Amino acid sequence: MAVATKAKSQTTKQPAKLKPKKISGAEIIYRSLEREGVKYVFGHPGAILLTLLDLFLERSKIKHLLIRHEQCAAHMAEGYARASGTVGVCLTTSGPGATNLITGITDAYMDSIPIVCLTGQVATTMVGNDAFQEADIVGMTRTITKHSYLVQSTDDLAETIQEAFYIARTGRPGPVLVDLPKDVLLGDGLYQIPEKVDLRGYKPTTKGHPRQIQRVAEAIKESKQPLLYVGGGAIHSEAHKEILKLAETAEIPVTYTLLGAGAFPSAHELSLGMLGMHGTAYANYATMECDLLIAVGARFDDRVTGKVSEFATRAKIIHIDIDPTAIGKNKAADIPVVGDARQVLAEVNKLVKPQKRALWKKRFQNLRAEYPLSFDSPEGAPIKPQEAIVALSEEVGDKAVITTEVGQHQMWAAQFYNFTFPRQFISSGGLGTMGFGFPAAIGAALARPDKLAIDIAGDGSFQMVMQEIATAVQYDIPVKVFLLNNATLGMVRQWQDLFMDRRFSEVDFDSSPDYVKLAEAFGASGRRIVDKEEIRPAIQEMINTPGPYILDVIVDPDELVFPMVPAGGATKDMIVRDSRKKVLQGKLSALPDN
Amino acid sequence: MRQVYSILVNNHAGVLSHVAGLFTRRGYNIESIAAGPTEDATITRIVIVAFGEENELDQIAKQLRKLYDVREVEQISYNQAVTRELVLATIKAPISQRSEVIQLANAFGAQVINMTDDTVTLEASGNDHKVRTLLKAFEGYGISQMARTGMISLPYDGMPEDWEPIA
Ligand SMILES: Cc1ncc(C[n+]2csc(CCOP(=O)(O)OP(=O)(O)O)c2C)c(N)n1
Ligand SMILES: [Mg+2]
Repeated sequence: MAVATKAKSQTTKQPAKLKPKKISGAEIIYRSLEREGVKYVFGHPGAILLTLLDLFLERSKIKHLLIRHEQCAAHMAEGYARASGTVGVCLTTSGPGATNLITGITDAYMDSIPIVCLTGQVATTMVGNDAFQEADIVGMTRTITKHSYLVQSTDDLAETIQEAFYIARTGRPGPVLVDLPKDVLLGDGLYQIPEKVDLRGYKPTTKGHPRQIQRVAEAIKESKQPLLYVGGGAIHSEAHKEILKLAETAEIPVTYTLLGAGAFPSAHELSLGMLGMHGTAYANYATMECDLLIAVGARFDDRVTGKVSEFATRAKIIHIDIDPTAIGKNKAADIPVVGDARQVLAEVNKLVKPQKRALWKKRFQNLRAEYPLSFDSPEGAPIKPQEAIVALSEEVGDKAVITTEVGQHQMWAAQFYNFTFPRQFISSGGLGTMGFGFPAAIGAALARPDKLAIDIAGDGSFQMVMQEIATAVQYDIPVKVFLLNNATLGMVRQWQDLFMDRRFSEVDFDSSPDYVKLAEAFGASGRRIVDKEEIRPAIQEMINTPGPYILDVIVDPDELVFPMVPAGGATKDMIVRDSRKKVLQGKLSALPDN
Repeated sequence: MRQVYSILVNNHAGVLSHVAGLFTRRGYNIESIAAGPTEDATITRIVIVAFGEENELDQIAKQLRKLYDVREVEQISYNQAVTRELVLATIKAPISQRSEVIQLANAFGAQVINMTDDTVTLEASGNDHKVRTLLKAFEGYGISQMARTGMISLPYDGMPEDWEPIA
């Protein structure tokens, strides 16, 4: 009784409630994106999207860019997300528009990149009928997204989009797809969202368990030869400051994965550079010698470990990851810690006391001196791709955000560019998608207008996506393509060189475009260089020329990437240098006694 | 090792195929799968029995927990749960053997649900062991048709974690 009167008196106090107003599905989407702070939408239109596209004509809060191919729209959203740390968004029509996204979505899934893909769909009444341009994109993307939604009613739109962004950016980030049937877009509905997203089955753990954190600190204290192994998760969680602090306080050398590059300054005295198949010899040897391996946001990928049963066999393993499924998947962890890398390391740092490890330090410094990254550049020889990257690094350094395609050039970029800040290096790791780097650079250029976006490209990869020069020109995005042109699919050719008796089948381009004319045909500019002396002046010209630019660097097609741990081999089988010059295979100077 | 997963999922379209997909992608054969409503209409319980290496089975449970529509995953060892399966079986039973078959059925608490001149169709339920023994018992007569639901399961309430059955 008392309750009833109370409720009544409350309602009389309030002003007469307005009936909530229904708005169009398109309007709900626009407002939802605005609410999420979206600045750019990378899209390609189709008839289903007309009412939504119409809103971009007169409003300016969100800019829609017309991308020439949907796969690139997804990569641009990824590039934007990887460079900014916020969610990237793409918008395509049903059927082929949606299926063209699939490579980009998979790429984002493999590398844990937060993007939200909005796709048009045929009307709910037609779904399942093989209607014109119908594709079951929700079914197709089920194993490559964190979640895929088919929105059933306009009233559900706002909440679904809010959830999609929440899922994409929290926990281990990743892509989310929202499929939008035509009638849901055209219909009217309520813009209704809960104050806070609360999903019963989805509650990522961010805080590490105090007992585990204690154990981590103890293990570091007891260790004589610890090694930090830092992956992409360290970048996502912005753990770089905590990593630097831990490394310096406890004198722990740091090696990083392809996706972890930038999480620790490459030139720091404790940096061992990248590890893995094409990692530095000293980083790989350090994994064999360390007695404690501290994995931070890394997943013991096969390109890192080689034969996993022989990886870091002397070491106790600490594995810090926000995704419990990453822990123990490939390598058993002695001390698993589920949580956000930055939060966990901040707690660890509270417990770690300054420590000196003179012997270990001397050891990895010696390894670094004994097996440096190297290449020969005889006078009169063609430009070596490595020296072009060294020159680029010295000329632009921390003024640039670097993306890459996939192949030899990608590995050389990771090896020879001097990275100084997180999100400076953007590359397709897990999926290894040729054609990723150029669109990703366009996305990165929009995310970081204060930096120069440069795609260190291979000619094979670039040919997969070169139509996007049109996009860069249309929106005057000053993206630069540093094309290491060996007129071949260099990385595949390298495997044929090493493992197929130099039988080069189906890798050489007997016909390649004239990349300078190509740039000009699109309204961009470019230059070709063949001599070493031209490298630096040409880089300066590239930087100083406004707008998109292609620098076509003609390089030696016979150059191979070393070191190399053959696929499936153990770290000790690493080939350190080009055997045609000097063999240094598995010749490891005596391991020190602990 | 044999593992029973009891999985609570949102009652949404496509969830069952998503869950099953996690097993098939790793090449595991699902021995049985049973799905049905729970006390809460928005939630479905899926019970899956699968074989595999222990660490792989754990990994699947972790992966399942990651799915948006999965609310809870319990890995139940056989001893810690009530498990039941329903079987329908048509036994070859000419009139001369009919009473013998029915007697045997009674011993297992099975119901006769159909009868022809030369067959008897039975309905039986029980745990894994009982169902197996029952089928074995009728094997000699010849089983001409059979359908099994797959195991459904609920954990025992109030079972201490370290409980072990007497061997
Ligand atoms: C989409 C796609 N197709 C095929 C491959 C296999 N693949 C890996 S590297 C490579 C060659 C890349 O050539 P290029 O871009 O010219 O780089 P380079 O190795 O010559 O530096 C190929 C074909 C791939 N990674 N991605
Ligand atoms: Mg090439």
